[in-house]
Amino acid sequence: MEAGWWGVLIAVLGGTIRIGTPFLFVSLGECLTEKSGRINLGLEGTLVMGAMTGYAVSLHSGSPWLGVLCAGLAGMMLGALHSWLCSFQRVNDIAVGIAMMLFGTGLAFFLGKPYIQPSAPRLPSIDLGAWSDIPQLKAALQINALFLIGIVVAIVLGWMLKNTAWGLKVRVAGESADAARALGLPVDRIRIMSTAQGGFLAGIGGSYLSLYYPFNWSEGLSSGQGLMAVALVIFARWQPMACLWVSLLWGGAAALGPSLQSVGITGGYYIFNAIPYIMTLAVMIITCSPRRTLVGVPHELTVTR
Amino acid sequence: MSIALPQTLNKALEPFLIIVGSLTVSMVLFGAFVASAGADPFEVYQTMYRAAFGTSFSWQNTLIRAAPLMLTALCTALPGYLGLIVIGGEGAVVIGGLFAAIAALAMPSAAPMVVLLTMALAGMIAGGMWLMIPGLLRHYRAVNETISSLLLNYIAIALLNHLVTSTFRDPESLNHPSTHHIGEANMIGLIPGTDLHWGLVFGIVACVIAWFLMHHTVFGFASQIAGGNVRAAQIAGLPVGRLVLIICFVAGAAGGLAGMVEVAAVHGRANDTLNANYGYAGILVAFVARNNPLTIIPVAVLLGGIRASSGLLQRAHELPDATVLVMQGIIFLVILFSETLYGRFSRLQKQGVS
Repeated sequence: MEAGWWGVLIAVLGGTIRIGTPFLFVSLGECLTEKSGRINLGLEGTLVMGAMTGYAVSLHSGSPWLGVLCAGLAGMMLGALHSWLCSFQRVNDIAVGIAMMLFGTGLAFFLGKPYIQPSAPRLPSIDLGAWSDIPQLKAALQINALFLIGIVVAIVLGWMLKNTAWGLKVRVAGESADAARALGLPVDRIRIMSTAQGGFLAGIGGSYLSLYYPFNWSEGLSSGQGLMAVALVIFARWQPMACLWVSLLWGGAAALGPSLQSVGITGGYYIFNAIPYIMTLAVMIITCSPRRTLVGVPHELTVTR
Repeated sequence: MSIALPQTLNKALEPFLIIVGSLTVSMVLFGAFVASAGADPFEVYQTMYRAAFGTSFSWQNTLIRAAPLMLTALCTALPGYLGLIVIGGEGAVVIGGLFAAIAALAMPSAAPMVVLLTMALAGMIAGGMWLMIPGLLRHYRAVNETISSLLLNYIAIALLNHLVTSTFRDPESLNHPSTHHIGEANMIGLIPGTDLHWGLVFGIVACVIAWFLMHHTVFGFASQIAGGNVRAAQIAGLPVGRLVLIICFVAGAAGGLAGMVEVAAVHGRANDTLNANYGYAGILVAFVARNNPLTIIPVAVLLGGIRASSGLLQRAHELPDATVLVMQGIIFLVILFSETLYGRFSRLQKQGVS
C-alpha cells in the first residue's frame, strides 16, 4: 500500500508534465492573443485541428516534427480566419470563438476520418530517468522535447512582450485601441497577427496530443483543454511564465484521476476527471470581482467586461 | 397607422434578407467545400433535401431532431436578450434528463400522468437551477458567463457519468451504464396519427410562450432595456440581478425539459446518450434566429433537417458523418459575419425613415 501511494505521487508528477504540455502551448497562444485585446474561444477547435493535421502529416511523411510544424500552420490559418472575421464592425469575438470551435472540430473530424485506424510515427521522448531503477519514476521522467520548447517559448514570449517594440505594440493594441490608433499603429493588423501566432502555438499543442500523449487520433481526443486555457490565462494574469506554472498545476490535477485508477481506486473516476473543470471554475470565481478590474488585464478585452 | 405598417415591415425585412442571404452564401461555400472533397455539390444538396424534407418519413425524422433544438436554442436565446452569451444548453439537457429519470424512479407506483408531470417539473427545475449558476456568477462575481456555462457542460456530463455508474446504476446495463428504465407505462406516447412524440409540441409551445414573455410583458420589456444598457436599467430602478437570474432559470428549464423528453420519449433511461450535442446545435439555432423565439421554430426545423440528412449523405456520397458539422460551422461563421451588414443598406434605411 505504501508503495502504491508513492506510485500515485510519481504518476501525478509525471502526468503534470505530460498532460500539462498541451495546456502550456494553448495558454501561451491565448495569452498572446488576449494581450492584443482579442479573445479566442475557438482554440478548442484549433487544438483538435492541430491534432488531426499533425497526425496525418506524420503518417504520410514519416516525420512527426513536420507534423508538428504543419499542425502549427493549420492553427495559424484558423486563428487568422477568427481574427479577420472579428475585425469587422459589430462582429463579436466571443461568438466567433464558439463558431470556430464548432467549425474547427467539424473540419478536423471530416478530414481526419481516414486517420482513426492507422498508426503514425510518434514524437520521440528524452529519457531523463535513465539513472533510476524504479520503473514508475523512469516512466514519469520521460520528457518530450515539446515541453522544453514550451518553456523556452514562455520565457522568450514574456521577455519580448516586455522589452521589444513588437511587444509594446501588441500591449498598446490590447490596452487601448484608441491610443494605438493615435500612435498610428494598425490595430486590426496587430490583432490578426497576434491571433494567428496564438493559433500557431495552439495547433502545436494539438499535435502534442495526437503525436505524443495520449498518442492517437480520435474524435474524443480533446476535452476542453482549449477552452480551459482561456481561464488559465486569466489566472496567470496574462504573464507567459505564470502560464507555465498554471499549466503544470492543471496537468497535475488532470493526472489525478488516471493515477488513482492505476492503483485500483476507481470509485469517483468521473468526478476526479472533472477536477480540472471544477478548479477552473473555482479560480474564475475567486479571481473575478465586479468591483475591481484584474491586475494586468488588457483593457480592450471583452471577457473581463 | 399607415406609416407604422411599412416601418415594421421594413424592420422585419432587413433581418430576413440578411439571414436568407447568409444562408445562401453558406450554401455556396459548403458546395465548394464538398466539391473539393470530390462530391457533386448539386447532387449533395438534392440528397440532403430528399433526406430532410422529401417524404413524410423524412419530415418526421427532421421534426424529431428539431424538437430538442427548439428547447436548447432557448437556453442561448433568452439570456441573449440581456446581452449574455450563455452556451450551457448541453449541461441543462444532461442535468434535466438525469433528474427527470431519478424523479420517475423515486415513484414506482404512481399513475403515469403523475410520473410524467413530476419528471417534467424535476427536469425543468434541475436544468433551470443549473443554468442559474452562470447567471449568479455573472451578476455577483463578474465571471464571464460564456466560459462558466461551457465549463458547467463538462461538469454536468461528469456528474451524469458518475451517477449512472454508481448510485443509480442498473446492474443489467453492463456495456452501457444507465439508470433503471422508467417503465414502459410512463413513456410519453406519440401524437395520434404520426410517428412523432410529444416533444415537438413541447418545443413549439415553449418557443411561443418565450416569445410572448419577451415581447408582450413588462418583464420582457425590462429585460430588453437591461440588455441594451445595464447602467440605464439600474438608474431606472430595474432589478437587473433578478432579471438575470429569472431569465437564466427559464432558459435552463427549457433545456431541462429537452432532457426530460429525451428520457421519457426516446431512451427510457438516463445515460450518456443525453449528451448528443443538442446543446451546441441549439447555440447555432439561437444565433441564426437572432434570439427571436418565434424565428427559432423554422430555423430549428431547418437545422434538424440538415442533421437528419447526415446518414444518407454517408451512404449516397461516402461523405463522413462530420460533413453536417462542417456545414453547421460554415453557417455559423457566415451568420456572425453578417452582423456587420446591418444598417448598411441605405435604401432599406431610407424607406424605414420615410
